[in-house]
Formats: sequence, structure tokens, C-alpha cells
Amino acid sequence: MSDTLRKTPLHSAHIVLSARMVDFAGWDMPVLYTGILEEARAVRSGVGLFDISHMGRIRLFGEGTTALLQQLTTNNVEALQASQAQYSLLTNPEGGVIDDIIVYRVGAEEYYVVINASNTDKDIAWIQQHLPTTVTLEDWSARTAMIAVQGKNAPQLVSDLAGIPSLLDLTRFQYVQGTFLGASTIFCRTGYTGEDGFEIIVPANDAEKIWNALVDAGGVPCGLGARDALRIEAGYPLYGHEIDDTTTPVEAGLMWVVDLNKPAFTGHEPIRAVKQVGASRRLVGLTLPSERLVPRQGFNVFSGDTLVGQVTSGVFSPIRNHSVAMGYVAKEFAKTGTPLEVEIRNKRAKATVIPKKNLLQDP
Amino acid sequence: MAQNIPADLKYTKSHEWVRVEGDVVVIGITDHAQDSLGDIVYLDLPEAGRVLAKEDTFGEVESVKAVSELYSPVSGEVVEANTGIQDSTEVVNTDPYEGGWLIKVRLSDPSEVEALLSAEEYGAVADAEGH
Repeated sequence: MSDTLRKTPLHSAHIVLSARMVDFAGWDMPVLYTGILEEARAVRSGVGLFDISHMGRIRLFGEGTTALLQQLTTNNVEALQASQAQYSLLTNPEGGVIDDIIVYRVGAEEYYVVINASNTDKDIAWIQQHLPTTVTLEDWSARTAMIAVQGKNAPQLVSDLAGIPSLLDLTRFQYVQGTFLGASTIFCRTGYTGEDGFEIIVPANDAEKIWNALVDAGGVPCGLGARDALRIEAGYPLYGHEIDDTTTPVEAGLMWVVDLNKPAFTGHEPIRAVKQVGASRRLVGLTLPSERLVPRQGFNVFSGDTLVGQVTSGVFSPIRNHSVAMGYVAKEFAKTGTPLEVEIRNKRAKATVIPKKNLLQDP
Repeated sequence: MAQNIPADLKYTKSHEWVRVEGDVVVIGITDHAQDSLGDIVYLDLPEAGRVLAKEDTFGEVESVKAVSELYSPVSGEVVEANTGIQDSTEVVNTDPYEGGWLIKVRLSDPSEVEALLSAEEYGAVADAEGH
């Protein structure tokens, strides 16, 4: 293990649990504890716990913060009420995606923003570059930890353990500040697994106590392997796979978090132009019902002898017990039901285009 | 993590094990190998009748994390492949030395078995790799 890797406040808890650790975006993170499939299935059937403290957490406040976020992000910040969060994108002037983020509105001119670990430095530099003198950017990442508690039993478990019954009343993307085992905590009804649950932000010094209490209450520790499998099953994009600086939200199917009617934001014009003519390729879900080989990023997708696209992410689905994938295909081949083939090493595996939201299960 | 390395088997540096049953050997991957690979989801195994030379690739194993080739520890003819586990590949993870065996090969040169690693020698190889 390299000494230069960064460690989250839960690092020693992972070592105690005999997690297998890997370098993820410069962080020494658990990829699995007992097994990726077993952990992923635990989330689908009960409650799983994920250390997501490697993600960046910043606070922005001061006169002009709302205007700044309206300028830099694609979703409409004005539509957010206090105690609500929204999924959004930071886009560059070409309309490419700098990062996908969650924006929490605290008050009229105060927000928290959660960003990807792999993009933390890039995002902070980008925001700093546009920061008016009246707005302060505070990097909270080192002072706090973040834990995702996911699964159909997750809300009840968190609510019981915190002794806050009203947590169950939070709707998706609502959050509340409260006390969890004596520690000041943000509880947000969000997640990256396709299941119900919370993502909680806690002080770094209290993280291990809270993690251990969640484990003792029946939460199954889950690593990044299970997290990736679950998000693919849920059809969620991962930066560096489905989206990057060169992909627009149009082809990525993310226009639901782009408000072209709000005042112009960075990247507005190129995105509007692509939307008007239509993207030449589309991000689709692919199901490979008789396949156990894993379609991995970069594998080619064919229609007959014609190369029509590439896989961006794929996994042996723990819930379906066969392989599924996401990938970009030429728009002519993006229609649900289109039969395609994924080239997996020397084999052509049969695949069918399905909506990303149906990767988890057939409707 | 303690690795299970049965003393009565022979091993390769590429993490296959060999059990001698008369003039036939049973071949699989070691506990260390399955543990390093993680959840195994796919096994490509040869048909009976295929003739293998020592160190030939005889198949492929894919886990959620990675793909790995399988190398024959000996020369001979494949007499049986454990095709029954191809839809329940997790057996290789849970029971690598019994239910998770991969192929049986009729030896063409029994002396090759003697040249394979002992459990003790293989243990040193596995330790050196760690995780």
C-alpha cells in the first residue's frame, strides 16, 4: 500500500473489517469486505453501508452564491427551497460535463455541494476561478465524513438509531440537519444504488462511532465494487464512464437536470444547439440475458457487421444473474428493443437495447 | 488472510492445483486464486477430447473484477470438464478444491506431476504475492 494514498476518517474501521483496499482516485478505499455480489444483494434485500467520505464536500455562502450556481450549474437553483437538494451538472463552455454534483440549498445565499472524488481538485479550481469576492468557498471534505445507508430497510434503521421518526417523512432529495448519536449530522434522502435510503454527513471525529453503530444495527458494509454494480443496475452515470468533459447532457440522457429556460449558464448555447438537432449517439441500457461474460468499458457494440458504439460500463448483475451494460450507440440503433452484439474478447454476445431505468428489472 | 492450501495437492505458480487420481489428474484453481479474483461469474472450459500441452491455455475465468486465463499444469487429454458449475460459478469461490474443480486430464507424461510445486512451495508463492 502506498503511503501517499489519502485515508477517510473510516479507514481504520475498514481495516478492522478486513476490507480489501484499493487506490480509488488517490484514496485508499474498500473495494469489498466479503464479496461484491453478496454485498450488492444485501443492499437490495436489506441495508448496506458505504463509506463515501472520499467525495468532495464544499460550502458556498455569501451575497451572489445563488447567481454563481445559476451560472455554473445546469439545473435551476432558484427552484430549490431550503432543505432541498438537487442533482445537477457543472458544464464547460463547450457543453461538456465537468462533473455531476448534488447541490443542497441551506438558505437564500448558502449551499453545500457534493462532488466526485476524482474531480474534487478540478471542480474547486473551476468554481474558485468564477468566485465573486462576496462568495466564500469552504472545503468541508477533511472535517467531515459521508456514509451512504442504502436499502429498503435503510430509512427505518437510520430513523430508529437516531431516534428521529420524522426522518421517514423526508421525500427524495430532501434533507434535514439533526443529531445522530450526539453528533451534528445532515441526513439527505439520496443515494446511488436505486434503493431508498440516506446519505449522511457527519463530523470526521464521530464517523467511526456512527459507522460502528450502523454495522451493529445490521447494516452490511459494502465496498466500491458493490457500489458500482448497484449504480449500473440503477442506470446511473459514473464520471469517466458515461460522462466526461467531452460528453453533452443531451447524448447522456441527462436533460432532465438541465433547465434551458433559466438564465443562460456556462455551456447553455452548445447544449441547446445539440438538443435542437439531436445528438448523433445516445446512452442506452443493454441487457445480455444469456450472458455471464462481463461487457467492460470500451468494448465495441455491433449491429451485424456495423460498429455502432461502445460500452461505457458493464457488470454481471447481482439481481438479474446475467450481464448488463450501458453504452453509447448511434442514434439509429438506440431504440428500445434493438438487437445488438457486444464484442467480448473473441465472442459476439447478444444484447438488446433497454431503457437505463429498466436495467434493474424488466417492467 | 489465511489461505487454504491442502498438503496432498500439487500446485503451479499460476495458481492451479492438481490432484492425482491414478493416471488422471483433477485440476482447479487455488483458494488464493479465487480469493484474489473475487466473485467468479463466468468459466470457459474445454471440451473433452482436447489435447493439452503443459502450460497451454485451457480456459478462462472471469470475476466481477477481472479476467484470468487458465493454464494446464500438465500435458494430456481432457477427459471431463466440470460444465455443471458453469451456471453456478460461485462454487469455485466457496469450494475451490472439491465442488469447484475445473477439468480432468489423462496424463501423457506422469513425471510432469513430480515437477509441480508442493503445498509448502506454493504457500511461499502465494505469500509473496499477498493481496
